[in-house]
This record gives sequence, C-alpha cells and structure tokens, in this order.
Amino acid sequence: MTVVLRNVSKTFTARQNEQLLALDNISATVAKGEFLCILGPSGCGKTTLLRMIGGLDHPTSGEIVVGGTPVTGPDPRLAMIFQEYSLYPWRTVRANVGFGLQMRGMPDEEREEIVNRFIGLVGLEGFGDSYPYELSGGMRQRVAVARALATDPAVLLMDEPFGALDARTRNRMQKELLFIWEKTKKTVMFVTHSVDEAVFLADRIMVLSARPGRIAGIYDVDIPRPRDRTSVEFATIRRNVLEFIDRLEHSQ
Amino acid sequence: MKWYLKIIPLLFLLVAWEVVSVLLNNPFILPEPVSVAAVLFKPTADILGSGSILDNSLLSIWRVALGFGLAVACAVPAGIIIGRYRPVEELVNPIIQLFRPIPPLAWVPLALAWFKIGLPSMVFIIFIGSFFPILINSIDGVRRVNRTWIETAAIYGAKGWKLLAYVILPAAAPVIWTGLRVGFGVAWMCVVAAEMLPGTNSGIGYLIMYSYNWGQVQVIIAGMIVIGIIGIGVDILFREVEKRKFQWQEMNR
Repeated sequence: MTVVLRNVSKTFTARQNEQLLALDNISATVAKGEFLCILGPSGCGKTTLLRMIGGLDHPTSGEIVVGGTPVTGPDPRLAMIFQEYSLYPWRTVRANVGFGLQMRGMPDEEREEIVNRFIGLVGLEGFGDSYPYELSGGMRQRVAVARALATDPAVLLMDEPFGALDARTRNRMQKELLFIWEKTKKTVMFVTHSVDEAVFLADRIMVLSARPGRIAGIYDVDIPRPRDRTSVEFATIRRNVLEFIDRLEHSQ
Repeated sequence: MKWYLKIIPLLFLLVAWEVVSVLLNNPFILPEPVSVAAVLFKPTADILGSGSILDNSLLSIWRVALGFGLAVACAVPAGIIIGRYRPVEELVNPIIQLFRPIPPLAWVPLALAWFKIGLPSMVFIIFIGSFFPILINSIDGVRRVNRTWIETAAIYGAKGWKLLAYVILPAAAPVIWTGLRVGFGVAWMCVVAAEMLPGTNSGIGYLIMYSYNWGQVQVIIAGMIVIGIIGIGVDILFREVEKRKFQWQEMNR
C-alpha cells in the first residue's frame, strides 16, 4: 500500500502558548513494498512524523493518505514498533504476539496457528511460553516485530526499533528484518539516526533537518542486497550521506 | 538468614516475659506465658460465657470480609475512573485529601448516630478504614500505566472495555493489589477497635475488652496474639499471591 504525505506540518503548543514548529511541509510518496528510512538528528520530529502516520498524533495541517484513504486515527492497515519496551510483561511471548489478533476478536484456535507461524518467522520457536523478562533485548524486539506482523498490516512503522540494542545484536536484527521484509513484502517506514543502519536497510533514505524538520534530501540506495558494509559502494553512499548531513548542520 | 536464627529474639522475649511475670507474681498485671498458652491451646473452649476464641475470631473475620469487600467493590472502580480521567481527578482530589487524614475511629460517633450499635456501624468503620488505601493505590496504579503500552493497544485497535480489561487492569494490578493488602491491614485494626465499643457483645476485640472487666489478663494476651497471627496470616497470603501473579513487575526492571 502506498503512503502519501501531503504538505504535512505539525506545530506544538509549548508553555506560555508559544508555538513550536516541529515538522514543516513534509511531502513524499512511499511506494508499495518500499523500504524507506527516515534519517535525522534527535529532535527533528522524525518520531512525530511516524506517530502521525500511525494515527497516534494528528498533523496541524496537511494530509496523510494510505492506500487512497486518509489516516484519521490508529488503523489496522498500519502497525507500529516502538523503540522502548512495548511488550506486555504479564503476557507470554505467545500472548503478546497474539495481542493484535485478540483485540480484533479472532477466535483462539485460528489465532494459535498464525501466532505459531510468526513466532517461527522471527526465530523464537520454543520461547512461546516464556515471559518477556526472560528474554534478551534482541529477542524482545523480535517479539514486537512478530506481534506487528501477525495482524498482517500493509505498512510497518518502525521507530528506532534497534536503538537500544548492542552493535552485534543490532546488525543481526537488521539482517533478519530484511529477510522478513523480502518474504512478506510490506511497505516499511523505518526511523533511525544511524546513517549506517539506513544505508544497510533502505531502498530510499529521507534525510530530515533539525528543528523544524524539513525534507533536506532524498537518497536512493541502489546497492543490491545482501549489502556488504565493507564494500566500496556502501562506503561511498554512506560518505555522501554523512557529508550531506555535515553541510546541513553547518548551514544552519 | 536461617529461620532458626530468626526465632532467637522471639524466644528471648518469651524468657524475659517468664522472668518478669515470676518476679511480679501478679497474674492481674502479667500472667505467666504458660497460662496464656493454656488459653491458646483450647481455642474452642467457652470463655466466661462469651463464646470461644475461635468463634469470636471467625466472627471478626466475617465482619472484616463484609467491610473490606464493600470497600474493594467501591474503591477499585472509583480509583480506575479517577486515575483514567484527569478532570475527574482534579474534581474529586480535594474531597479525597480532606477525608483521607481522618482516622477511621473518628467516624465512630457518626457511625453510631447513623447506624446505631451493631453490624452496620462496624462494617461502616471497616469500610472507611480500608477504602482510602485501596482508592489511592488504584488511582496511582492506573495513572502509572506505561504510555507505550496504551499506545500499542491503540495501534491494535483496543478501545473501551478491551483496553481496560487487557491492558490497564493487568498493568495496574500489582499496585492495586498493594492497596488491597494495606487496606486489609487497616480493616483488621478497625474491626478490633470497633468491637471494643460499648454495646458490642461478640468478636475478638469484644472478647479481650470483656476479659479485662473480669481481670482475665491471660485471655487478653491470648486474644492479642490471635489478632496478630490472623493479621500476619492474611498479609502472607497477599504477599504470596503478589509473588506468584505479579512476578513480572519485579523482573521487568
């Protein structure tokens, strides 16, 4: 499903009624099945942008259209994965993965089958009856990914989902995410502040500037997958993006 | 620490008690431990025509169950509503803050005026005593539910009672449970105090007051020990459930 952002702006009202422009006139089209990374420094409003697409926040002006219909609130076609710990600690892995389906009123037997499939897809066979506190950080995020995929959304919104993981786990999770994405062909919008992560994952990188967030540039990453971080092409694109961000910071 | 080390202070207390009681040699001030034990070991024996320790304890437990149950039934739903809706909290908070510091026993004269002597006024006192700890904890538990958990639920379309039943209640349950435990403690103190009011003629609190009138100090002490044991017993029960059901809360940090 395509995601269209049309002149999306967001203003927050801070203390003393001061108006704070967080996002300024964002327009973009994300194609069906595309992997888009939104890259930007902290405070550039990238999380806000993702939250608005997910229906948790509302644009002050402009419009977000998914598959032809505007987003007005949380929408079953979109699932969001948060950076922070979002699993329900009183639920087992199985019950966490099945949460979305349960909320939609799917009967238990039917749910069981889907839940097992996605637990398998994220490589957590045998952990179905474990509780989140028994799992490592990487495994927890896999549960969150499985929970999102189980509801079969067309668009996956990911807000720095691997930000809290150590470097090795993070690299492994990126590979697994690509594997899952290639299998399921979801549209993915992935927020990160890591250039390396963006170049490794994305078809396209949308670079946002800091306060207010504006689209500063869009990069196509046309390296075939699997990508090799040590390759020359990878290094070239990463350097280009880094230089671009540097120039951006100096010009502000 | 090993359990047998922990009972050493208890044994020391017992020995000290024995020594002091022998030195005093006055059972109307401090009877020997043996005579108290004699009362404790016959919990079904009638005491001065007022029924046995067991019967009176059960009666007290029943009264607490009524008052405490009523408090839970009112305070938990009220706490959830207040904790969930900020404007409601701002509206009722002054009332809560005003009533909370009033000790349950200060309600006794009013309880007597409204309900006369008897079960209803006792239940009322117990209700008042346990209502506020349960209410405060329920409000706090609901308010402290992780925002990401609620937003995740919103993403998956959970609204209304589903959000309440599957996310807010289980997330707030450990704090609400602490409220119940504290509330029960207060309720238990209230029942004993309420049973000492003039006009009462049953219950473990009544029994020890009545024994005082007859100079039966060994019954007073035995009754106090029973009150303590029941209090600890219920508290342990609450903690056990907490350990089993809400393990996730400890491990989650």
